Amino acid sequence: MIGFVLFFAWLGFGGDYIWALQGHHPFPWVGVILTTVAIIVVWYAYKTGPEKVLWATGARELIDPQTDAERQVANVVDEMAIAAGVPRPRVWLVPDDDPNAFATGTGPGNSHIAVTNGLLRICNRDELQAVIGHELGHVKNLDVRLMTTLAALVGAVLLVRDGMGRMMGGGLGRTGGGGGGGGGGRRGKNAGPLVAVLLALWVISWIIAPLVTQLLALAVSRRREYLADAMSAQFTRNPLALASALAKIESAAAPTVSIKRGAAHLCIADPLGRRLTNREGWLADRLATHPPMSMRISRLKGMGYAELKKEGGSFTSSAHG
Amino acid sequence: MWVLLVLIVVVVLWMVAAYNGLISLKNQTVNAFKQIDVQLKRRHDLIPNLVNAVKGAMDFERSTLEAVIQARNQAVKVNASGGGPEAIKQVSQAENALSGALSRLLVTVERYPQLKATGNIGQLQEELSSTENRIAFARQLYNDTATQYNTKQQQFPTTLVAGLAHAERTDLWEIEDQAERAVPQVDLSRR
Repeated sequence: MIGFVLFFAWLGFGGDYIWALQGHHPFPWVGVILTTVAIIVVWYAYKTGPEKVLWATGARELIDPQTDAERQVANVVDEMAIAAGVPRPRVWLVPDDDPNAFATGTGPGNSHIAVTNGLLRICNRDELQAVIGHELGHVKNLDVRLMTTLAALVGAVLLVRDGMGRMMGGGLGRTGGGGGGGGGGRRGKNAGPLVAVLLALWVISWIIAPLVTQLLALAVSRRREYLADAMSAQFTRNPLALASALAKIESAAAPTVSIKRGAAHLCIADPLGRRLTNREGWLADRLATHPPMSMRISRLKGMGYAELKKEGGSFTSSAHG
Repeated sequence: MWVLLVLIVVVVLWMVAAYNGLISLKNQTVNAFKQIDVQLKRRHDLIPNLVNAVKGAMDFERSTLEAVIQARNQAVKVNASGGGPEAIKQVSQAENALSGALSRLLVTVERYPQLKATGNIGQLQEELSSTENRIAFARQLYNDTATQYNTKQQQFPTTLVAGLAHAERTDLWEIEDQAERAVPQVDLSRR
């Protein structure tokens, strides 16, 4: 959040500063406006993000569970909230036959977990527990907040940059004029190279900002998936259950139609059914929101076998002792 | 001179951070411990409702149900009777008896497949396994948090401020025998 606002302040006030160094001393309106816009965007995303995501998927909140499956998911969420040591999140059901789940919210105190009907249908209790554990891992790591911020950052930078394109052209023109005349003010002479460096830096940040933030968001997203998988294993002490749940979700690989692109990085499995997710390699590594399912499953199985081995070891030692 | 000053500031800042980290972990450990109590209490509150819900369908297993109710009432009574090492032992035994009675009930239900088809019994099984899971997860969280706390206070440089934060090793919840399952032998309120 703060980083986002500061970033915009740099983009805005940096421009003003360069301007001022050349002898112009206008009111730093670019900085003020951009910072205000950034604050409003962040505040808006923070306040309404979770509701927007849930509303977009057509989820309904599970308040008074009626069927056995509903009772089970409500209980499982309670149990995993205890295991994770976070307040109980609100539970939502998404009317979609494709198995998937996602978490949203602003932090452990205000979080939501949504599961599709398809997930309830194909998973047994242990697997459901593992999936909910994965989502609570996201909640506990504050991933839900981070992902909202990153999404807002990517979107807003793109939007503002397009609008600023013309203004930047004007700024460059002024620099040329100031340098050529050699008399852009008292400070203009001393700060010539500084202005050039600052301006270059500033322009570059504008050009690469959307690209960098997008790649950053994706990289963070993939690493976070592995981390949430590991946290699920920590909560349930049963990594093999998550492995089998992921395998089931993977085999039902139809896209989850009710989950839109904007919420894709929140889900346990890529809801868009993109082939990219299942490929490895440099490009896929950088462009997919989720790591390849086979990698996740094999890591979980690795954890499972390590645990079995450890248990076996302690069993034999206690038998001998 | 300046180097010394900067060094002192850095050390003080680090001490504050380490101290606060230890205090935070200590309180998390206490909280996790209380969670176990909360979940045990929840189990006590839940059992009468559950038994009432299945009474009709399980009339022929009246003794099993009554054993559960009795064990539950005993556990509640002992829990209310207060602290002291003797009381803790009694609580352990009562909770243990309750666990035993509940598992017997579950086994009984398993013996009648046609019972499981009726809604109430399925609900009973779900609630019972959820209750046992909650208690298990609460204990797991306590052990995880306490381990983190113990490790932190024993590791080098943090161990230097452990005395300042009154950090003491806390015991993990171990299941040595059935009688000790209900209440751990820890006292976090000391000092």
